[in-house]
Amino acid sequence: MEVALEDNNLMEKVLPPDEQEIDVELEAKEKKYLRGEGANLESLKDKKLKTQLASREKLYGKSAKAAAKIEKWLLPASAGYLETEGLEKTWRIKQTDIAKEVDLLSSKNQYDIVLPDFGPYKLDFTASGRHMLAGGRKGHLALVDMMNMNLIKEIHVRETVRDVAFLHNDQFFAAAQKKYSYIYARDGTELHCLKEHGPVARLRFLKNHFLLASVNKIGQLHYQDVTYGDMVASIRTGKGRTDVMEVNPHNGVVALGHSGGTVTMWKPTSQAPLVQMQCHPGPVSSVAFHPNGHLMATSGKERKVKIWDLRKFEEVQTIHGFHAKTLSFSQKGLLAAGTGSFVQVLGDSSGGGGGYSRYMSHSMVKGYQVEKVMFRPYEDVLGIGHSMGWSSVLIPGSGEPNFDSWVANPFETSKQRREKEVHLLLDKLPPETIMLDPSKIGAMRPSRRKERPTRGEIEAEKEVAIEAAKSVEMKKKTKGRNKPSKRTKKKKEMVENAKKTFPELEHSNIAGKKRRIGEDAAAELPASLKRFARKN
Amino acid sequence: MRIKTISRSVDEFTRERSQDLQRVFHNFDPSLRPMEKAVEYQRALTAAKLEKIFARPFVGAMDGHRDGISCVAKNPNYLKGIFSASMDGDIRLWDIATRRTVCQFPGHLGAVRGLTVSTDGNVLVSCGTDCNVRLWSVPRPSLEDSDLSSEKSTEPSAVYTCKNALLAVDHQFEGDLFATAGAQLDIWNHNRSQPVQSFTSGSHSVISVRFNPGEPDILATSSGDNHISIYDIRMSSAARKILMRTKTNSIAWNPMEPMNFTAANEDGNCYSFDGRKNEEAKCVHKDHVSAVMDIDFSPTGREFVTGSYDRSVRIFPYNGGHSREIYHTKRMQRVFCVKYSSDATYVISGSDDTNLRLWKAKASEQLGVILPREQKKHEYNEAVKNRYKHLPEIKRIVRHRHLPKPIYKAKAESRAMNDAKRRKEDRRKAHSAPGTVVTESHRTRRIIKEVE
Repeated sequence: MEVALEDNNLMEKVLPPDEQEIDVELEAKEKKYLRGEGANLESLKDKKLKTQLASREKLYGKSAKAAAKIEKWLLPASAGYLETEGLEKTWRIKQTDIAKEVDLLSSKNQYDIVLPDFGPYKLDFTASGRHMLAGGRKGHLALVDMMNMNLIKEIHVRETVRDVAFLHNDQFFAAAQKKYSYIYARDGTELHCLKEHGPVARLRFLKNHFLLASVNKIGQLHYQDVTYGDMVASIRTGKGRTDVMEVNPHNGVVALGHSGGTVTMWKPTSQAPLVQMQCHPGPVSSVAFHPNGHLMATSGKERKVKIWDLRKFEEVQTIHGFHAKTLSFSQKGLLAAGTGSFVQVLGDSSGGGGGYSRYMSHSMVKGYQVEKVMFRPYEDVLGIGHSMGWSSVLIPGSGEPNFDSWVANPFETSKQRREKEVHLLLDKLPPETIMLDPSKIGAMRPSRRKERPTRGEIEAEKEVAIEAAKSVEMKKKTKGRNKPSKRTKKKKEMVENAKKTFPELEHSNIAGKKRRIGEDAAAELPASLKRFARKN
Repeated sequence: MRIKTISRSVDEFTRERSQDLQRVFHNFDPSLRPMEKAVEYQRALTAAKLEKIFARPFVGAMDGHRDGISCVAKNPNYLKGIFSASMDGDIRLWDIATRRTVCQFPGHLGAVRGLTVSTDGNVLVSCGTDCNVRLWSVPRPSLEDSDLSSEKSTEPSAVYTCKNALLAVDHQFEGDLFATAGAQLDIWNHNRSQPVQSFTSGSHSVISVRFNPGEPDILATSSGDNHISIYDIRMSSAARKILMRTKTNSIAWNPMEPMNFTAANEDGNCYSFDGRKNEEAKCVHKDHVSAVMDIDFSPTGREFVTGSYDRSVRIFPYNGGHSREIYHTKRMQRVFCVKYSSDATYVISGSDDTNLRLWKAKASEQLGVILPREQKKHEYNEAVKNRYKHLPEIKRIVRHRHLPKPIYKAKAESRAMNDAKRRKEDRRKAHSAPGTVVTESHRTRRIIKEVE
């Protein structure tokens, strides 16, 4: 009987191979939901706190397991894919070939809208991918419902429109026009004229913070809070005119690409950039951020596209061959680059970001000059704004198939939209929360116990200070004031000042000397006077 | 070539009829939610502020007694009723929902010192300084009793006389016995006019008595000579005795962990003991400035409420050293008795100003019927606030309480005094040989000895 029981136990430990695979898969997914390492509870001395935290860590583990299982079994849709057989290559497949293989609903997403009169078009999508805003350079603004291909509103502002951006939902949008920027409502009414921004070259909206960021022709960066109209920051970048600006969705940091080849990153609360990276030898043509916030793609006029890792600020990959005027990352990490009338989509073969290679491509009619490419959220669609209007092509595997109704719902009713707006406003983050590593919020700063520096350290510091004081170059005075004696006096004074900041050593030195003097003196005194020597 | 693209049909993702609920889809992937920690922190801040906005703990006062209230008793069988007795011998049964007197029990000539109800809710036992123990039959509440204008009064079903004034009474949890405290500890039966058993201990009177909810034969008493004694009725003398530095005014057993009890002491602290191990207190609960007069545990066993001579009512966690809540009013004078209601929602305090006050146990709780979505939102707010409550901004908001000036000043003074003592102690330790100066832990500091 006992032997049989033991056998059973052994059986439970060794899983059949399919279940083993599933286990490994689930573990990988679980890591994603754990959001980092668990806390090290060994160093805690407080037993009550230790048990409380330990039970919480267990709970996190359980919830991560449950989320991993849900992702595996319960999500309604699966991602798109494009697989070739034999000698076929994915980048040779044309949109016409795809149209034959794909269902009716998807083929509706492939079209070209020709509007030759109003100049190159810039696009923007709402967070759910349902609405699209197209802005033509010559002043054409169009708000389209992509689900029904319904033109909601179309206005002609009769002056140059350089960029368009949606605010938090489809009810409001902003257009950067010739002299000022304007905010319009969904029905085309002009709500606000943003004079302070000046002639804006690029407009972007930070969703979590309700900040409208703009860079203007003088190279100034403005952040305006659109809930109550406050200008949160206006920063003089000092690097001249640029029209390359992107927002990192992971941490809300704004990246500007400059004509010297540097990419600088800004936050509204500081006048100096957070990071300055020398990316290209020539001007930076465009910048794009991966949705996970770790990867950045930049392109320069020297016909290279570079992929950077933002955790280490190192280059991960260089793609040669074309000058990408516009770049865009999709939700699944595909990179679209537009040059001339040719759009190339690159896919990552390795998980971390180093393996971007050709995935698909789309070449348009020669006369169409690509102005902007942007992937549509939650769909396998790439929107291309070009000089003759805009097009939409299918890129299987680019969009996230499962949306979360509480984050972005493409099938929103008006009631849900209103509720969501209120919740977004309640969760509005203050501009101080924009930082390079957003996970630092809620963490405690490690307590630094102030250790008194050792004597050796103090002496070393003192010597460094003296050296610094000696090596200061003094101004050469004229008109008879430049006497050598005065110069040496001044130098000595500076060295004395440097020494003054280390008073403790002085006292201990003196005390030591006094003692030594006392002992020496005691040795020199005649025997009868020795009783009067200082005894220590 | 194999291709698949995302194509969502509208009817899969929208509702069929307008009577249906809207369809909700979840994807818990963290990459869809950028800056989730910052958003969570913002929500915690909002939750903390909302908690303060909705914090209205005072529900109402029950007015009617003509002298200060000396004791309160709750009926284990009937949630809405509460008994209170005052210093002039007036015993009343209140209906908490309407805050009116349902029934009066006149009869005592002096102050009523102890009040308790049997576990089946039928018999009310009261004792007082007129050396009497009176047993009353509790009127059955019925639907007809909603007639508020009639205040009935009843006759006692039995009156037993003793030789000395009685100071406290408590009823056994499962049985027919009740214990009175006075010059000595007496155990009575409902039907006998003389005590069934008596325990004498020294020359000091027994101040308070409390039966253990788990073991029907064990009770804890406190006496005027600073002892806490645990008796087993089946034995002839005290099972355990603890001698403290100051006297204990009241004792309460933890209903969920019946081996632990908490003693409300005259020095302003409450000491939680493990009944089996008495050398040191399990926990010292310090926040009151003056003597703690009464203590009662919540039925969950996780919190207890204390009323003190410093005109405040505090709620402590069962294992925490400091109170999580303080209730005070300008009109509330010395609090002599407190009770935690049997549904863990309300706290009742009886004080010297002849009023019985009803407070909410959780100050910002929404009373009444709560929809499941509201309930979930409350739970979420609570959880997110607890996750970030150690951070300075949120900690400041969550901890903030308005204290009456005398208590504020007394606390500042005691803090200064304690800091000075600790500094001196630290310096003595630093300047003497290691091991010669030993700091006594708070848990043993006030206990002089344990007597078996």
